[in-house]
Order: sequence, then structure tokens, then C-alpha cells
Amino acid sequence: MSKPLVVFDKVQKHFGNFVAVKELDFEIREGEFLAIMGPSGCGKTTTLRMLAGLEAPSVGEIRLNDHVMNDVAPHERDTPLVWQSLALFPFLTARENVEFGLKMRGVDKAERRKRALKWLDKMDILEFADRDISTLSGGQKQRVALARSLVMEPQILLLDEPLSALDAHLVIRMQAVLTDLQRELGITFVYVTHSQSEAFAMADRVIIMGKGEIAQIGSPKDIYREPANQFVAEFVGRNNILSGKVASLSDDTARIATPSGDFTVPTKEVHLVKGQKASFVISADLLHISIDEPDARNKAHCKLISEEFVGSMVTLFLENSTGHEFKVQMQERELSKFDLKSGAEIWLSWDTASAHVLNEN
Amino acid sequence: MNPSRSLNVILGIYVAMVFAFVFAPIVFSMIFSFNSQRFPTIPLGEFTTEWYAKILADPDVWEAALNSLIVSCSTAVIATFLGFCTAYSDFRYNFRFKGPYLALILLPPTIPLIIMALAMLAWFSKIGMSGQIYSIIIAHSVLTAPFAMAVIRLRLNQMDPDLESAAWNLGGSEWQTMRYVIIPFCKPAIFSALFLTAAVSFDEFAVSWFVSGLNKTLPVIILEIVQGNIDPQVNAIGTFVFLISMTLVVLAQVFFASRQLKSIKT
Repeated sequence: MSKPLVVFDKVQKHFGNFVAVKELDFEIREGEFLAIMGPSGCGKTTTLRMLAGLEAPSVGEIRLNDHVMNDVAPHERDTPLVWQSLALFPFLTARENVEFGLKMRGVDKAERRKRALKWLDKMDILEFADRDISTLSGGQKQRVALARSLVMEPQILLLDEPLSALDAHLVIRMQAVLTDLQRELGITFVYVTHSQSEAFAMADRVIIMGKGEIAQIGSPKDIYREPANQFVAEFVGRNNILSGKVASLSDDTARIATPSGDFTVPTKEVHLVKGQKASFVISADLLHISIDEPDARNKAHCKLISEEFVGSMVTLFLENSTGHEFKVQMQERELSKFDLKSGAEIWLSWDTASAHVLNEN
Repeated sequence: MNPSRSLNVILGIYVAMVFAFVFAPIVFSMIFSFNSQRFPTIPLGEFTTEWYAKILADPDVWEAALNSLIVSCSTAVIATFLGFCTAYSDFRYNFRFKGPYLALILLPPTIPLIIMALAMLAWFSKIGMSGQIYSIIIAHSVLTAPFAMAVIRLRLNQMDPDLESAAWNLGGSEWQTMRYVIIPFCKPAIFSALFLTAAVSFDEFAVSWFVSGLNKTLPVIILEIVQGNIDPQVNAIGTFVFLISMTLVVLAQVFFASRQLKSIKT
């Protein structure tokens, strides 16, 4: 495990009476691709701005390479940021934009030009070097913004929802560009986003934030399969959440009584007491469907409400007799075997091991 | 002819009349400046440049022209600088009493000129600064700085606030950011403000007349000539002042419009 590059030590940020960040305690490792994800207003951008020195923590310490950064002015830090608005200088050409940081640092003209052109070339936009920013397309501007930050050859690159303004197909392309760059340069990327697909596609680790606090830190897979609590489970989306009371306990499973029926869950990683409230999730892609009642310990009888296609994947939205919504994700070609119509009655079932019990909080 | 067409014609006539009302006196003044008759009557006399030759030969007019030039150039620079500073303080900072602060800055043009002029005269005499060229410059700077501020503030409002942070983030100090980001961004507005304030100062009469003492500007000398007798020289000077002012205002508009077009394009 690599050593921590950045440490957030009990950091809080208040704006007057408003608490933007309640308490942050985490590390950013050298060379990792870390995504900070959460709904808008969760404090993720404030966190990033504190790292860049654009906001000062109200309480706590931020350390970079073991130096306390709280009082270091933004222009004395080496933490370039790629802005959501891109914030390119409209009165400069692409090349002059890339040169800007070097000029501020007093690098001489010839050297500046050489390095700027090198990065424009690396980002495949060398031919636009002398064009005005306003004449470039969204994707090209994006690349100029990246080049402008990377030309500083920083240890850490901050990205604040940089792809939110791009078309869907460009987002996928830029994701590939970013992951390749990060691997090639070996520098740390801190990527703030509200998009789960962006975070999960690129990041080594993901921090889920909600209401100014960290809800969970982990690999994309951990967060998807084993959300720490209800907030994460709901935020991650394609999850089915069931709540009820513990009816009975055995060695490593428990039976939970919910309004939708009794279900068995694994209890290896949690401690449950009989009678207590408990919630668990099953990822939408781990549910099986069948027309006839299956011979399984966990099953639910549902009615098909609607379908949603995303390429080859399809999400079914179903409802049982108590009105609880279930989501099932499967391959389109799998689904076509069933020939389902809206309103069709089908059975859902899942393996006990697919369920994950949430920590109550 | 359908109703909207006739309405257009009526509106067209109305606009033409407004323009005629505004510009007729100036046009007549220009015409009479080339008229050989001493009194402005119709039919016109012969074409002549006599009145222009006369004012060119008059050292008082030359001195006034020079004064006007010094005053309007200095005023333009000072007022634009002040206007830029106040516009930037509005853009950058949030503080208590910001509303009253801005209202105070924008106040001078709302004060009746004659009151403003009297107050300036009283104050300058009290502190022993009246009757100098710089008295006019100070008074005009106060009067025109709000125009400069308004123009530059409009431009700053078009700026992505992240631009400034981005410059800091890339290692620019506050001063470097001012020099390489804020000022270049505001450049069209700064030029526009320079020309606009110069124009306002160049043909301002009331304040100049009160505080100028012996250092007369062109509008003041026009009044003096008119007071003495009816002299077509006035038409000649008037034409000259009008052309200078219009040129400055048009230049201000050109810079103003070019940046509007540019911002529409992006």
C-alpha cells in the first residue's frame, strides 16, 4: 500500500451558520484515482476547493506530503484544478492558455512554448494551438483545460465534474483519456462527480459523501455490492432495499420478516439480535426471474410495471402486492426468452449470499 | 395597406421626427457656421470659412481647446481608474453596507449639475484649490467615474468567477491575476469607459464654468462669446465640439458593441 499523499484530519467547513463539511477524516494515497461522489450540496466540491486552497478549513488540518496546508495561499500550492466550467481564459489562444501557469511561475518564453506544445500534442489538439478558445468544440476545450493543468507537472490533479458539460459519447471517450493519462503519468487524480458511472468506471477508490460527511469509502465493487448504509444503497441506485424485523437467527443466517414476506440473509459480517429492525439490499443484477413459482428460500411475486433499455442491458421495474418496488437488471437477450408484457405476473428469487445487510444509521 | 404596415409607417415618421427634433439645432448650427451672413437668417448668404479662420486666429479659443484637451484626457484616465476599482470591488467582495456603498458611488450624476457645480466651487475655494485646471479635472472625475464604473461592471458581470480562481490555482498571485486575467478581460470596457468619460468631460459646461476661473474650457468660451454678441464663430466652435464628442461617443460604442458581439458568438 502506497503512503498517504494528502491527509484530511478532522476537517470541517462552515459558511456562517451553514455547515458545508461536518467532519472529514480520510487519506489520499499517492498515485491513486480517487473519486468523491455524492448528491449536489453534499460538500464534495467544497472538499476539493479546500484541497486547492480556495477555501480554508474552519476546523482541522489538511496535510500534503506531511506539510500543513491550511494557511498556504492557492497560488503557492501545486494543486491544479480542472474546472466544471473549464474556466479557460477567453482572450487567449489554446497555447497561451496552456502556457499561463508556466508564465506565472516565471518559466522563460521558449521553454514555456515547448512544454505547452508538447502537452497540446499529447492531448491530440496540437493543430488548434493558435486558435481562439471560442472557436473550439466542447471536447477540444476539455483537452485544453486538461493540458493547462497537466503542463504544471503536478503530483496531484484535481478534477471538479469536468465531463458534466459534454455529450454522452464524448464522456466515454474522455473517461478513457483520463484513465490512460492517470496510469501513464502515475500521478494522483482526485475526481469529484455526482455521476456514478463516471466514478465507477475510472476510480480505484470511491468516497461517497452525504450531507457533509463521508458515508462510505471503498472500491467501486465494494460500494456497489456492499453499501455501508441505506444512504449509499439508495444513492448507488440499482439496488433493491427491503426493511423489516429479525424473526429468527441461525449460525450464519437470519430470517427477516418484511411486509413483502420473510427472507433469509447472511449474517457473517453483521451482528443481529432477534426482534431488531434490519434492512438489506440485493443488487438489481443478482435477481432471477421466472414465470412459475421457483423453489427458493427468497422469492417474491410481482407484476411488471415498466422496462428501461440501456443498450444491451434492460432494467425491469416491478411491484409486489404490498406496493414495494423491485428493480431487476439483466441482458436484453436473456429477457427476450420470456416474452413479457406490461402487467405480466412473474416470480423473483435470489440466493441468500446475494443479500447484504445494511448497518443501521 | 394592412394595419401593422400603417402602424410601421406612423412609427417610422415618429422616430424621424424625434431625430429631427434632437438634431435640427445642431445641423442648423453647422450650416450657419459656413454662412457669410452675420445673423442666422434664411435665405442663406454665401458659403464661407471665415468664421473658422477667425476662431483659428483667436488665441483665447486655442487656449480653451488646449485646456479642454488636458481636462478631458486627465479626467478619462482618472475616472476610468476609479471606475475600474469600484467595479472590481463590487465584483470581488461581499461586505456589509455594500448596497449603500454602490449607491454612494453612483450618486454624482443624479445631483443637479448646478448644485454640484456650486458645491464644488464652495469647497474648492474653502481649501484654496479653485480656479485651477486640476480643479476642473477633479470635479469632472467625480462626475464621470460612475459612468466608467457602470460600463466596466457590465463587463465584469459577464466574467466567469472561476476565471480568477483558475489563475490563482495556476500559480498567479493576486497582482499577476489582475494584470494577466482581469485587465485583459475588461480591456474593451476599459477603452469604452475612457472614450465615454472623455466625451462627457469634453462638453461639460456647468461645473467647468463654476470652477474653471481663468482656465476656460471650450464650452465656457462658447458662452462668453454668446454673452458678448451674436457671433457666428459660436457655430464654428460648436460644430467642432460636437464632432469631437460624437467621435468619442462612437468610439466608446464601437468597443462596447464589439465585445457584445463577441460574447454572443461564444
